[in-house]
Amino acid sequence: MIAQAILDGLINGAVIGLGAVGVTLTYSILRFANFAHGELVSWGAYFAFLVNIALVSVFVGLGNPIAPFSFGWSLPISLVGAMLLAAALALLVDALLFGPLRRRNSAVIILVMASFGAALALRNLLEFIFTSAPLYFHSSLQIAMRFPGGVRATPDQLLAIGAGLVIAIVLHVFLTRTPTGRAMRAVAENPQLAGVAGIDVRRVIRTVWMLGAALAAVAGVFSGLLVQIRPQMGLDLLLPLFAASILGGIGSVPGAMLAGIIVGLGEAFAVRLVGAEWRSAVAFVVLVAVLLLRPQGLFGAGKGSRAS
Amino acid sequence: MMLDLLSYLAFFMTMALSYAIICLGLNVQWGQTGLFNVGVAGFVAVGAYTSALLTTPEVADRVGGFGMPTVVGWLGAALASGLVSLAVGALTIRLRADYLAIATFGFAVVVQLCALNLEGLTGGPFGIGFIPRPFAELAGQPLLFSLLNLGLMVVLVLGVYLALERLLASPWGRVLRAIREDETAAIALGKPAVRFRLQAFALGGAIMGLAGAAQGHFIGFIAPENYVPTLTFQVWAMLIVGGSGNNCGAILGAVVVWALWALSGMAISGVLPSGWQARAAALQIALIGVGLCLILVLRPRGLLGERRTVSRHLLRLPTAGSPIVKSPAGEAKDG
Repeated sequence: MIAQAILDGLINGAVIGLGAVGVTLTYSILRFANFAHGELVSWGAYFAFLVNIALVSVFVGLGNPIAPFSFGWSLPISLVGAMLLAAALALLVDALLFGPLRRRNSAVIILVMASFGAALALRNLLEFIFTSAPLYFHSSLQIAMRFPGGVRATPDQLLAIGAGLVIAIVLHVFLTRTPTGRAMRAVAENPQLAGVAGIDVRRVIRTVWMLGAALAAVAGVFSGLLVQIRPQMGLDLLLPLFAASILGGIGSVPGAMLAGIIVGLGEAFAVRLVGAEWRSAVAFVVLVAVLLLRPQGLFGAGKGSRAS
Repeated sequence: MMLDLLSYLAFFMTMALSYAIICLGLNVQWGQTGLFNVGVAGFVAVGAYTSALLTTPEVADRVGGFGMPTVVGWLGAALASGLVSLAVGALTIRLRADYLAIATFGFAVVVQLCALNLEGLTGGPFGIGFIPRPFAELAGQPLLFSLLNLGLMVVLVLGVYLALERLLASPWGRVLRAIREDETAAIALGKPAVRFRLQAFALGGAIMGLAGAAQGHFIGFIAPENYVPTLTFQVWAMLIVGGSGNNCGAILGAVVVWALWALSGMAISGVLPSGWQARAAALQIALIGVGLCLILVLRPRGLLGERRTVSRHLLRLPTAGSPIVKSPAGEAKDG
């Protein structure tokens, strides 16, 4: 029973963690809480859905499931397409909205508000195009695998956990070992100084948007694969994403992944102990606890204060 | 026909003015103090439910109602929303400016969950009915009834407006704007910035609660779906259109946006085929989002903008006073 809750939490946490990594990157480098990040998750899922349909209708063979998973080769290809399209969407929103506000040196809170407006427009545009009826990548039911102790999980779910871990490790190595990663961390520390030291700050900002959006698309595709694709999926994920990125410490990729798993585990236990209807309250409880006890997060370095 | 139109206009204005009160509350938080509240719907809901619980007649399947007079309900609503605002504010106001936004967002989600699931308190998804309506004994005469209700709402808006104008012109209001424009300077002058922010946030929350109560009593019925994030977005659009920092603007913005909302709703559902009503609603909200972004990029001061509050002696100097004009509503750096 407990083992099953832990496994459910890990699966759910992997999706939250992937999204939270994107939030934490944009938060630390662009310096504002992006309320539109959830919409990148939803748009990523819908992009993948469209590419997937197009692929399967042209190359029927791509739709045949790769054993043991429920999807064919068309889905990984669509995932790549969705990551690119989501990155393009993020760059477009930045060019139209956040870029002009940044150039005017607008306050943080103006950017937050703009992201709020963008979220509203993006989410309802999805609902306008696709209506609120849920969509699925595939219509087949996948048989869960049984593990010792009566624990069950589908191969798709295990893939989500694996992908989450691999992506977090690769990203951590990228940020700590490559010149681009170092440039990103430098801009997160101090954009002016980074610019003086010869770092192209605008390029770094573009990289951050593309990375964050691509990760959001991955989270969206997994969420769509494991649950369903809905216009509201990003909005429902937003609070867990924020809670995880603050709990992990803004700017910390391993922190965001770990915190995502903590929030996911919290939700899984809440579903079992309190009832599924209270699931969305878990992220708020985590958020309140972090803000009360350790505002800088698990891996943050005193960045929670207003002065920073 | 004429009478129907008049009744409808009175109804329309009463609704618009109830939004104007929420907008005035948000103006204390955002316009005067630069605090970003993404959970407006949550604070309005707390007020509406508090007043409904206090004033409805007793029923068997949930706590209360206590059948108290409407005035008690409204005061209780303001008090309850003010207190929860104080709690949410105390949690985050010391921290980064956008943590408050995240916390209020979460608060609204949780209020929505409670309204839906605490059936013994809130009536669950069906909400609470039979909320006493002001002048209910005159409900037989629709025109008189709606005009009296409109009159009551006008008095309420005017009362809140005058009280706020008085308060914001007082030393207390000046300190708020000083903190918004330059926190370091205000602290250096010995003004405890955190305490002032918290007071402003609680005051704004209390006004939102009052507005929620008034709205609930006017309609006579409340349900969780009235307090979805769309409400928050509408109020924000109203304040931004009217010009944050300006109380007249907040009221004007509420009426203008509410009119635009009603008209665009009619226009969109008139143009789109009948099977597309749900899509029409989505398109309408998408347009509000785009509009919010456009105003932020193109006209950050809103329709009216904030009045200059520097001394008239300073205005004679060609350059003095310009920072306030250039930086409306928290455009000052605080991050």
